[in-house]
Amino acid sequence: MIVVERAGFFTTVQDHGRNGYRASGLPPAGAIDSYAYLVANAMVGNNRQAALEMTLCGDSFRFECSRLVAITGADMQCRLDGELVAGWSSFVVKAGQRLEFGPAVSGCRAYLAVAGGIDVPLVMGSRSTLWRAGLGGYCGRALRSGDRLPVGRPETGVGQVGRLPGDLVEQADGQPVRLRIIPGPQADMFTAEGWQTLLSAVYLLDNNSDRMGCRLQGPAVRHRSGADVITDAMCWGAIQVPPDGQPIIAMADGQTTGGYAKIAVVFAADLGKLGQCRPGDRVCFRLGEESEAIAARQDQAARLRQAGRWAGERHGWRRLVVTVDGRDYRVEIREDFGSPAIRAEPAGRRQAGIYAVGEGDYD
Amino acid sequence: MDGMEGYCQFRCLGEGGLTVVLGDRIDEGINRLVQALAAKLGEKQLPGIEEMVPGYSSLTVFFDPLVLSRASLQQAVRSALAGGPADGCRVRPGLVRIPVCYGGDYGEDMEFVASYCRMTVDEVIARHTAPVYRVYLLGFLPGFPYLGGLPDELNVPRLDNPRLAVPAGSVGIAGGQTGFYPQTSPGGWRLIGRTPLQGFMPGREKPFLLSAGDNVVFYPVDEEEFWRLAGEGECGDCG
Repeated sequence: MIVVERAGFFTTVQDHGRNGYRASGLPPAGAIDSYAYLVANAMVGNNRQAALEMTLCGDSFRFECSRLVAITGADMQCRLDGELVAGWSSFVVKAGQRLEFGPAVSGCRAYLAVAGGIDVPLVMGSRSTLWRAGLGGYCGRALRSGDRLPVGRPETGVGQVGRLPGDLVEQADGQPVRLRIIPGPQADMFTAEGWQTLLSAVYLLDNNSDRMGCRLQGPAVRHRSGADVITDAMCWGAIQVPPDGQPIIAMADGQTTGGYAKIAVVFAADLGKLGQCRPGDRVCFRLGEESEAIAARQDQAARLRQAGRWAGERHGWRRLVVTVDGRDYRVEIREDFGSPAIRAEPAGRRQAGIYAVGEGDYD
Repeated sequence: MDGMEGYCQFRCLGEGGLTVVLGDRIDEGINRLVQALAAKLGEKQLPGIEEMVPGYSSLTVFFDPLVLSRASLQQAVRSALAGGPADGCRVRPGLVRIPVCYGGDYGEDMEFVASYCRMTVDEVIARHTAPVYRVYLLGFLPGFPYLGGLPDELNVPRLDNPRLAVPAGSVGIAGGQTGFYPQTSPGGWRLIGRTPLQGFMPGREKPFLLSAGDNVVFYPVDEEEFWRLAGEGECGDCG
């Protein structure tokens, strides 16, 4: 268990999101800065287990069990028993120790991944909190002081991986934060001046921004005639412009359908950067090509693989494919942690079982 | 439904979203095309398609652009539209009967609606329970249905100031639409009753009461029946 001694401003359990239910009106939720979330998980040897997403000001936790943890995302001046810990790093917290996060000094959302994951019940395929619906996560809500978080069993060894190389860290590089966009489904409902405004103005992130949407303040983006459309699908990153001309960017908990014109959509690869903006931060837009958006996704996926490989190597696990009797097995081999072990599963999806060799069992 | 060709526009909803617009108005025939297209694309099981979300007159397909190109997806949509309806294409839409306790504490705006529409409360109930409604789409809240088929006589304006908390199960009408709130939420529709049914039950094998394309009828129940039916449902909330 991990005990929340002092709750932060808004901390929720999140994973990769509850996908597959958008047609029923259920937004996917999930970690807002997916890169930071996935890297944190990789650094503790998790796959897609749930982590904590802390917003603006983090919590203070007391661990009742020893666990490898990783912190990524916003810098909340994390301290382990009072000692400052570097961001984007992984280290062991021993039973009885206190891990404390303060207000974010840069960025908005920090992630705490724990080896084995935060073991709240799986709801419709995900542990993510959809706060608005009171669904998933820890009782469907943000953490409160006194909450006790169950943690899962770690999957891999406990090698500390230390600090992520700087070139794999994704952090805001100054303001205004530049978001790349491609024209949206109702791009033609705006005047040329409206478009010019969107592409030249600097917007402030409004206080009313949350996991549902980022509201922007700045010069009004003008429609040709009216803001209403026949209700159609929305997505994370879609920029809606209501009649007052102040853009709203839908986020992970945003409604699945909407009735305002969507002028553009932010590149998926830039959504984490947007999620790290705080109220009052400045944001601007640059028009990009679809091919550029796809390349940016590929680039981010490649960086994730690189971070995963880096962490995996530091954990001592190596991933190989071994063919036995014509059947492919994905094998992870750990070489040097006292109890050498091999675990294998078929390269298909079925679980074949886990084999242990040498001394000491690995179950 | 013979041919599906005709009005069709491709719109881009980000690099991983394609919105196929099949019409420019709220219309049952167009919405049937939307559902039929979703069914046909679903049967194709194209690798890279992640989810499909129907709107009133459009279908949005979310896909992984690293697996499936927009051009191939558009080609698949075109051939789906040209090929006529899908085999299992919701020829048998579900019919869901929804019990409603109308008026009083269960529908605070019933008196307003009756006087606005120049009817008695019983006439409002009779009009509201008469049609077979169609679920055009779900959105706004998990399991919230946008229903088509409300009689014109029941066209009332939205509230000027939306309520901060509309109780779960509330049945509302506004702007020519009707529906019910699957969970407590802010809302601007006029409330005429409440159903004991749960529109969204996350713990169940089928979490949502309704799907797009379903048919829905409302029928009146008294207070006693409301609570009896409410008692049959389970609420598995934690905390």
